[in-house]
Amino acid sequence: MSAAPADDPALLVDFYRTMLLVRRFEEKVGQMYGMGLIGGFCHLYIGQEAVVVGMDAAIRADDAVITSYRCHAHALVRGIPPAAIMAELTGRGTGVSKGKGGSMHMFDMERGFYGGHGIVGAQVPLGAGIAFAQKYQKRDNVTLIFFGEGAANQGQVYETFNMASLWKLPAIFVIENNQYAMGTAIRRAKAGTELCHRGEAFGIHGVQVDGMDVVAVHEASRDLVARVRDGEGPMLVEMQTYRYRGHSMSDPVKYRTRDEVQKVRERQDPIEQLRARLVESGTIDDAALKAIDRDVKKTVAEAAEHAQTSPEPDISELMTDVMVDADGGSA
Amino acid sequence: MVEMTVRQALRDAMAEEMRRDDRVLLIGEEVAEYQGAYKVSQGLLEEFGADRVIDTPITEHGFAGLAIGAAMAGLRPINEFMTFNFAMQAMDQIINSAAKTLYMSGGQVRCPIVLRGPNGAAARVAAQHSQDYASWFAHVPGLKVIAPWSATDAKGLLKAAVRDPNPVIFLENEILYGVSFDVGDEDVVLDIGKAAIERTGRDVTVVGYSITVSRALEAAGILAEEGVEAEVINLRTIRPLDIATIIDSIARTNRLVMVEEGWAFAGIGAEVIAAVCHGGFDHLDAPPARVSAADVPLPYAANLEEAALPRADQVVRAVREVCYV
Ligand SMILES: Cc1ncc(C[n+]2csc(CCOP(=O)(O)OP(=O)(O)O)c2C)c(N)n1
Ligand SMILES: [Mg+2]
Repeated sequence: MSAAPADDPALLVDFYRTMLLVRRFEEKVGQMYGMGLIGGFCHLYIGQEAVVVGMDAAIRADDAVITSYRCHAHALVRGIPPAAIMAELTGRGTGVSKGKGGSMHMFDMERGFYGGHGIVGAQVPLGAGIAFAQKYQKRDNVTLIFFGEGAANQGQVYETFNMASLWKLPAIFVIENNQYAMGTAIRRAKAGTELCHRGEAFGIHGVQVDGMDVVAVHEASRDLVARVRDGEGPMLVEMQTYRYRGHSMSDPVKYRTRDEVQKVRERQDPIEQLRARLVESGTIDDAALKAIDRDVKKTVAEAAEHAQTSPEPDISELMTDVMVDADGGSA
Repeated sequence: MVEMTVRQALRDAMAEEMRRDDRVLLIGEEVAEYQGAYKVSQGLLEEFGADRVIDTPITEHGFAGLAIGAAMAGLRPINEFMTFNFAMQAMDQIINSAAKTLYMSGGQVRCPIVLRGPNGAAARVAAQHSQDYASWFAHVPGLKVIAPWSATDAKGLLKAAVRDPNPVIFLENEILYGVSFDVGDEDVVLDIGKAAIERTGRDVTVVGYSITVSRALEAAGILAEEGVEAEVINLRTIRPLDIATIIDSIARTNRLVMVEEGWAFAGIGAEVIAAVCHGGFDHLDAPPARVSAADVPLPYAANLEEAALPRADQVVRAVREVCYV
């Protein structure tokens, strides 16, 4: 295994760049939504960047990832071109799902990215099924299954914990505890133990991690991934994180104070924390930071441009991809 | 010609497909050690082992979701529901995940799964265990829906369903499991989406699926004694619906009676008749008629149950009505 992340300056700079890309990308999405270029439900990941960046770096390209509708960042970090994600958001034919899925339904099978699911909790058994297939085919892969702390109250999650543990599936259950499910603060929805303990009745080891600290996320993830890959069975991690924006673009955020959000931003922001660390340790200088900033802005601007200039899907696409033809094509 | 029961036909179809393709597996409650709640998977555990014949906890939403995810990741699961009544617990995964993901992903995520089990009324098990779900599933683009009647149907269509690259709902019938049929070609793989004419006749077309094909054939026997020749069509596949075979028949008979075990309202008969009115209106000499379940939850008492389910005598009456005799 490579050096611990805290000692690997290149990895840390990479984390910084990727988190910044997610942040700027999502800010741009917010703007474009405001301009009417993006429709429907649209859920931003701002504030939670460290979770997916730190975790994705702990798995391999041939592993699998599945998540909820809050999926832009997971798609970006898996390596899907930002332009294809942005074009999906604007409903264009060059979008990663050909404009048929939208904000909540990004998929990329070549990159092991299984979506993008709109029914709260549904991705959890689906993800266990992917892990089941990995094990059935005797591959040494793992599946990361992301879901919110709100989804953690769905019955199918516990049905899945039971089967995953019983069958020792190579699944890592990641609860992204961003403290809210729409307007419901976690204290108003959760009885009993901390979420990280919710797998214990099924024999699933769980840990709680500061999900605002990308290094902590990555270190915990490397350990879990190694153990799951080794055949120890499924594991659970609760990432303590926070979303800065509303649940979706239409949320006026009446259920919490601005002050609460401000405090998290000032004290725990994942990008600021890492930037300070990089600067203090002398890993990076101002000029290099600015260069990353410029690069990221350029990438996002190009994606936004592409997403606005690409054509909408051809109208003939309406009736395709409903069924796979016997000869293998889809129609 | 060999004789076999529907149960054997289903079992053989699964065994043959599992021998042919090691991505095929069977998963569900009591499918392995118990040999199937209705003994449909008899001997499969012994032949294929516990990695491929998998007993699940009682957890329909969870295991159907898991099987659907496994299909998306390249396996070919056969998911058995002990009965389709319990598939309601998994409805979200079937509709929102299995049926829609191919489209939502722009054609990337396939879901080659068969979701099978007994559907419709068994005998004297009351309302929660007795319902025909054909129209529920047939409503949804992205699903194929099959309802076999004979052993030939069961074998040839289940093999086709396993090979199909799409999610297939396979609606069996518990009462038919023990019924024996002559099977012509044991190796046949039938085409999904093709109906079968089980009896030819010139006076009226009677369309049924699953156990109502038996009712239609009984009725045709009675009618023949009265000099009325009924043509009986076994739909075999509900979606995609073989409307061409039906209209072709009506072009000759000019009359239609639809027999279904489900409720009439928003049922398969409604769909068949709408399609006939659109594509074969000029052939019709009488308004089409429907024979279906009484519009109530299925009762337990023997006499009430009998009164609630479609019977041959109702089919006979409906035929007389559309034939004006
Ligand atoms: C089964 C279901 N119920 C309700 C909804 C509506 N809904 C969408 S997101 C959401 C909140 C989910 O919160 P959480 O799981 O914490 O994820 P987060 O949005 O915070 O990422 C709700 C209630 C839904 N999509 N699916
Ligand atoms: Mg949440």
